[in-house]
Amino acid sequence: MQQIINFVIRNKTSLLFLLLFAISLGLTIQSHTYHKSKFINSANFLTGGIYESANGVSEYFSLKKQNEILVEENNILRTQILNGSDSAITTTALVDSVSYNGRYKIRTAKIINNNYASTKNHLTINKGEKDSIQEDFGVITSKGIVGIIDNTSNGYARVLSILNTKSKINAQLKASTHIGSLEWNGKSSELVQLTDISKFAPVREGDTIVTGGQSSIFPQGIPIGKINSFVLDVSGDTYTIEVALFNDMTNLSHVYIIENLDTEEIKQLENPIDE
Amino acid sequence: MNSVNLNSILRFVVLILAQALVFNHINFMGSINPYPYILFIILFPVNNNRTLFIFLSFMLGLFLDIFSDSGGVHAAACVTVAFIRPAVLKFAFGMIYEHQSIKFNNTEFGNRVIYFSILIVIHHLTMFLLEIFNMSNIILVFQKTLFSSIFTLTLCVLISVLFSNKQQ
Repeated sequence: MQQIINFVIRNKTSLLFLLLFAISLGLTIQSHTYHKSKFINSANFLTGGIYESANGVSEYFSLKKQNEILVEENNILRTQILNGSDSAITTTALVDSVSYNGRYKIRTAKIINNNYASTKNHLTINKGEKDSIQEDFGVITSKGIVGIIDNTSNGYARVLSILNTKSKINAQLKASTHIGSLEWNGKSSELVQLTDISKFAPVREGDTIVTGGQSSIFPQGIPIGKINSFVLDVSGDTYTIEVALFNDMTNLSHVYIIENLDTEEIKQLENPIDE
Repeated sequence: MNSVNLNSILRFVVLILAQALVFNHINFMGSINPYPYILFIILFPVNNNRTLFIFLSFMLGLFLDIFSDSGGVHAAACVTVAFIRPAVLKFAFGMIYEHQSIKFNNTEFGNRVIYFSILIVIHHLTMFLLEIFNMSNIILVFQKTLFSSIFTLTLCVLISVLFSNKQQ
């Protein structure tokens, strides 16, 4: 031990190395704790600006595909309007953003940096505080959910993707109201895992999974994916379900940001005394 | 001397931008990405101030962390690689390094590949260990390290061959 200490004191290079390594280790650990990674994120002026200008070029490569997605969505919305309340997807909370009496306010944004290859994926969008985007707003596309905003700067915001092992989202079966939490094991960008579904739930392959009403971030009933396979846990009480996402997370461009106007009220109700 | 500094600064900026905008989005076979930005550390002039070198490597990693939202993962890996580089140099090049007169363009190809691969594997292993940060996924760490290392090594050798200015 004495020798090690002597060695470190004698050697300024090793000392610097240890210092810098400790700093980066600290930053890493901080980034593993939800809502703490304040300094190191891509939603700042410099990286946001660079990503935006790079995206200005690369977005042209997927224009055709994005157009198809938009037309498809228009088609769904048109069908909904023409068929009145008979439509199958009235529960999807694509609430009219013009009416301010609604519970949700919807804004659009564009993804300027998309990651899905690591185990901790984040996305960057081109809207920030100056467009009234704040932390804990939900991000969805016309097909399903994308993630939750976890850091904002003036002009940009960072989204904690559902393809992040830190992400935990309340979800339920569409057919019944059994809720569970949606996580990701870091393996495939097409499959996420829904855990803690009670063994009494009627789980069948191909069933749809939607967001649950328990969180104040997403409205109830936003589509997530469909059941690919499921196993009963070792304890025998809950199912772990592999969910195939509706969204192609590798090809995202236009997204909607959902603000729940009642969040404050809900939070106040839930923690009435402390804080 | 001045052109060496200029060259290093240029490399620093270009490699960060190339990594952030191009190489981070390759996603070969779904999730394999190369990290050729560590060429900056690999090819940094040898007879130089070590303290400065370690600090620059830290900054390189930190910038990349900001771009790819990864906390301090790249910074930690870069600092580690920068710190152990002299030992690896000695191992890979032997006598030439002892004379402090090494020029990467003039070294033998085999030695250079050994030197590259040791540094790349150490860098990737540190990085993925910290990124995944979970001992139960250790297989995933090794798997990612292996595949990414092969990819990075290929790219690094190609880039260093392409951009080497042969001035015999």
